[in-house]
Amino acid sequence: MKILVAMSGGVDSSVAAAELLRAGHDVVGVTMRLWGGESDTGCCSVSDVDDARRVAQQLGVDHLVFNFADEFNDRVVTPYVEAHAAGVTPNPCIECNRHLKFDRLLQRAEVLGFDAVATGHHARIDVDANGVRRVRRGVDAAKDQSYVVHMLDAHALRMITFPVGSMTKADVRERARDLGLRTADKPDSQDVCFITHSGGREAFLGDRIPLRRATVVDESGDALGEIDAVELVTIGQRRGLSLPGGAPKQYVVDVDVEARVVTVAPPHRLFDESFSVADMSWSDAPPTGLVAVQSSAHGRTSLARVEPQGDGSVCVRWETPQRRIAPGQSVVFYDVGDEFVLGGGVAVVTRRRRGMTA
Amino acid sequence: MQPYLSEQFANPSGAHRFARRARAAIDDARDRVAAILGVRGGEIVFTGGGTEGDNAAVLGAVRRHRGVAVCPATEHHAVLHCVEHAHTLFGGRVVGVDSTGVVDLDDLAATLRDVAAAGEKVSVVSTMAVNNEVGSITPLRKVARVVHDEAPGALLHTDAVQAACWLDLRDVAVAVDVLTMSAHKFGGPKGVGIMMVRDGVSLEPLLMGGGQERERRSGTHNVAGIVAAAVALEVTVAHRESEAVRLGELARRLVDLIRREIPDVHETVAAAARVPGIVHLCFADVENEALLFLLDEAGVCASAASACASGAMEPSHVLAAMGVDVRLAKGALRLSLGHTTTTDDIDRAAAAITAAVARLRAPRKVVAGR
Repeated sequence: MKILVAMSGGVDSSVAAAELLRAGHDVVGVTMRLWGGESDTGCCSVSDVDDARRVAQQLGVDHLVFNFADEFNDRVVTPYVEAHAAGVTPNPCIECNRHLKFDRLLQRAEVLGFDAVATGHHARIDVDANGVRRVRRGVDAAKDQSYVVHMLDAHALRMITFPVGSMTKADVRERARDLGLRTADKPDSQDVCFITHSGGREAFLGDRIPLRRATVVDESGDALGEIDAVELVTIGQRRGLSLPGGAPKQYVVDVDVEARVVTVAPPHRLFDESFSVADMSWSDAPPTGLVAVQSSAHGRTSLARVEPQGDGSVCVRWETPQRRIAPGQSVVFYDVGDEFVLGGGVAVVTRRRRGMTA
Repeated sequence: MQPYLSEQFANPSGAHRFARRARAAIDDARDRVAAILGVRGGEIVFTGGGTEGDNAAVLGAVRRHRGVAVCPATEHHAVLHCVEHAHTLFGGRVVGVDSTGVVDLDDLAATLRDVAAAGEKVSVVSTMAVNNEVGSITPLRKVARVVHDEAPGALLHTDAVQAACWLDLRDVAVAVDVLTMSAHKFGGPKGVGIMMVRDGVSLEPLLMGGGQERERRSGTHNVAGIVAAAVALEVTVAHRESEAVRLGELARRLVDLIRREIPDVHETVAAAARVPGIVHLCFADVENEALLFLLDEAGVCASAASACASGAMEPSHVLAAMGVDVRLAKGALRLSLGHTTTTDDIDRAAAAITAAVARLRAPRKVVAGR
């Protein structure tokens, strides 16, 4: 097969390319140029592109660079900024997968005559007896990335392959070392690629939107303190609220960016019986029984039942109350065995005061 | 250039017999280049390439004469970024262009008057002889007249990197005070540049050190490269007129073949306003990144615009300045013809391009669930 491998310059996609080559495929590497501004690896992430290109050269495959900076800005960066401005906690890596890696790149690959697109994600693709394709957790539970690729539809899943999803991270690194790849010991990327370590989220957002002071109140409305930027506060947050030390633990249970009020409460007030998820996609019919719900990249799952609403969203009813999920976070539903992705969407604001969606 | 990489390896600045031989080779190369440009040997400066020459000219003028630098928006980045940088020194002004990418003479005149009215002076005006993306030719004598009338003290520099294969270099040189070329654009080696700095013109050198090239460009001479550059220039100039005719016909054939097969092809600059060997086409509703990939697969090497450090294709500042619609600019393709290009090459390229554009324009498969 003729396969286009998205090479980020990390060890996983390096080994993905090597594995496909070893299996006899016709491999071309591509690095997407997404962010044109400052990053921790140089402007346009040049050093990562260098790593990808050098690995491709070492493997003897062609390496391309596609400039998707405009789309990245429109589909990922701008919504990220707008979400923070609205007091919502965005998940830019998932939006990048949704719109760039698994839409823009996939379309480009199809047009150019590739049979498949590969990435270095730790996830697997499974086909059940009825021919339904689903994302499955990667072999290495600690590195599983099925959460961030949950949105793949049937068409995308036919076109995509995850060569390292069936390997442990240790195996991936060992394979890279055996091949002498320069990325073998490169640390995993952790953070949002367009936010620099030195400036952080605050500097990035501060350059783009006004960050406004807000009052921190308790549930009876009594002011407890002030914070610098209401746009940076997330549901469930405990630190950085400038609350006096020694007091009982207080968590953010509500963020009202318009009124510039952050409400905190003791931990038991942070738990919900249910919440809503919109922008749903399902790999098959919506499940009727118990599902395992994951709401962050490496978070644990909890059991719930989903009740489809008329408007396409779902109400998720926890088996036992769970900590509130920040609006804007992706919520992914797995089978009760916690192995296969059944569907996913985005948590929406449940506050009564306004109907902001992510 | 081979002997100067082996037995004639000496540094021409030395005081021994081998050095003198290397020195003679450079002196000879200098005179041969000077003859082609119609200038004196002393007016030729050898550099490390076109970018260095452009920087040495623009920044050298700005720093020595402490005045505003001016250029049109379609200059190569080697000039444009210098003028933008000059903005932080004594001022930099970027002027508009016409629909072929050539400096708008009225806007240039207005800008020069503007600077004078503000009580400032212009140190240098830089206008390229031939645009590297779209091939349009700047009427340098007309530019010179405007500069002479509106900013009499200013130097006129031209980036003539694309000119050697197509224009009479005497005509180009006579119109300007400073001229920049790069050997690899006329068959010479990469990393060698030629500047013409008119007698009496003073530029602050970019590089300081041993004072080579009459204090105008320090650094040990690249003897082999300089010798090769001079020979390449002579050969290029000797065949220039016949090649221009031949390649002009091939370029027309290329455009005709493509247009016959596919609709919505925009020829960015018509043949009459450009050099014969640069054909610039815009294909509506085509992404040039994808087009270049398919052409490369088909054995056709073309380019679209400049690439950034990551290797990603950047949107063209030249097309933007010319006011080319974004829908067209995204499908921009630059095709270069040179002395090795044959009719057969043209026919193969036209076939590959029409096939690739047709494929990229084919309606997408409609997929359920998208």
